Amino acid sequence: MSGLANPLGDPLDPRGFVGPARSGGRTGALRSTAIAFGSTILLFGFLGWVAVNSSGWPLVQHSFLNGQLLVDSLPDIAAAFWVNIQLFMIAEVLTLVLALVIAVLRSIPGPVFFPFRLMATAYADIFRALPGVLIIYILGFGIPGLNIDGVPTDPFFYAVIALTLIYSAYVSEVYRAGIESVHPSQVAAARSLGLSQWQALRYVVLPQAIRRVIPPLLNDFIGLQKDTVLVSYIGVVEIFRQSQITEAAHFNFTPYLATAAVFLVMTIPLARLTDWLIVRDRRRAAAGAR
Amino acid sequence: MSGASGPALRIEGLHKSFGRTPVLRGIDLTLAQHEVVCLIGASGSGKSTLLRCVNLLEPIDAGRIVVAGEEITAPGVNVNRIRRSIGIVFQAFNLFPHMSVLDNVTLAPRKVLGLAPREAAARAVALLERFGLADKQGEFPDRLSGGQQQRVAIVRALAMDPELLLLDEVTSALDPELVAEVLAVIRELARGGMTMLIATHEMGFARDIANRVCFLDGGQILEEGPPEQMFRSPRAERTQRFLQRVMEAGRL
Repeated sequence: MSGLANPLGDPLDPRGFVGPARSGGRTGALRSTAIAFGSTILLFGFLGWVAVNSSGWPLVQHSFLNGQLLVDSLPDIAAAFWVNIQLFMIAEVLTLVLALVIAVLRSIPGPVFFPFRLMATAYADIFRALPGVLIIYILGFGIPGLNIDGVPTDPFFYAVIALTLIYSAYVSEVYRAGIESVHPSQVAAARSLGLSQWQALRYVVLPQAIRRVIPPLLNDFIGLQKDTVLVSYIGVVEIFRQSQITEAAHFNFTPYLATAAVFLVMTIPLARLTDWLIVRDRRRAAAGAR
Repeated sequence: MSGASGPALRIEGLHKSFGRTPVLRGIDLTLAQHEVVCLIGASGSGKSTLLRCVNLLEPIDAGRIVVAGEEITAPGVNVNRIRRSIGIVFQAFNLFPHMSVLDNVTLAPRKVLGLAPREAAARAVALLERFGLADKQGEFPDRLSGGQQQRVAIVRALAMDPELLLLDEVTSALDPELVAEVLAVIRELARGGMTMLIATHEMGFARDIANRVCFLDGGQILEEGPPEQMFRSPRAERTQRFLQRVMEAGRL
């Protein structure tokens, strides 16, 4: 492989590792790195210079990039982000479990299990079809509004439930694709040894399926992490709601930029990790002599 | 092992179709204990389907299959229990790629027979040693040659201590130089008295190892007999033509 390739792959090279090896040896690689570096600095430097010297720049800077306000608002925003972290951590774990149950229910053959397959299919269809905000609203305002004894009223609770229900529908499809990608001959081999349907699924199909779907699964989790801001609609004070509060107090958009920065810092590494896993799997598949 | 003195396997009037395409059209076949029977015939003649039916991997349309005195095609039979005593080895090995060789071999003894992991491992290692694979127990299947993978697949089937072993063209996916090591394993099993039903394209091997050879054609056993007679002086014209073609291809 080329000397330029870093362990995360070249993020701007859509071919990843698959491109032809760059020729020219070590010095050639160094030279092309230097050229890439130089041309990048030149272009971005120019674009930055144009932006900063345009007539509207002071207004933009005042409204979006207020350094003092950024420093002042950051503690509150960071604290609010802890709520988002709790939201997606809990929802992700619950989603992993619920989605697997749904996917398995949809994969069990036999007429007896038809109602389960029907239920699982209907669930996946409905929750993928509905806008997430609608589900969050219905659960977060509707259920507590019934005033039934013993039903929780904490919006955080409904936020977790809503996110889990929405994302389990997507993730169950990911799992199912993984389950179906395991060749039927694997099941035949397992069953021929006397393993039951369930044992074949548990020990032979699922381990292979889950390994294959980790990258798309991480993709869905990136979506989930971003969508935690949607629960601000039902009164959970999380990062987005907090930045709204700060924005309203100062008539300044800098808090939103701070929020955006927090999401970038959290999400981009995960996206890179996902891409790296995909490239690695592709390379393994190409190298594997199966 | 059962001490039953009856036939190891009896197939009566077996019919099987895929959709509207008949694949097996009235198969009658009996294997005595310790007998080795080879099924020969062109691709699509129904050899693989017949083996899969015996392992209950394919539901049958009509007829019955009796293994060691028990009708395994009767309604309500526990297929998992039946399959324990019938091993099958596939053309494409079908090893579990996410497990080491040892785990491949011990999975069913642990989960189906309920052996303790240590006991299952000890038995597996003994079998792997017997077939020259002792040093491969920690490897994953994709690190092995095709011949080694197929030998592991055979060991995996043997680990269940089957009374009947079905071999479905087990050398067809192998490079020519790897065929011999797998055939040697099967020869050793035959010497040990294993009852085997073998679908194969290796005519020389069939001639050496089989007590009886059956020629399948169009889903029926057109002709059967001891290998000397089948290969020297086949009676049916279609058998003669099939063997003629095989001979022209240099496979006999």
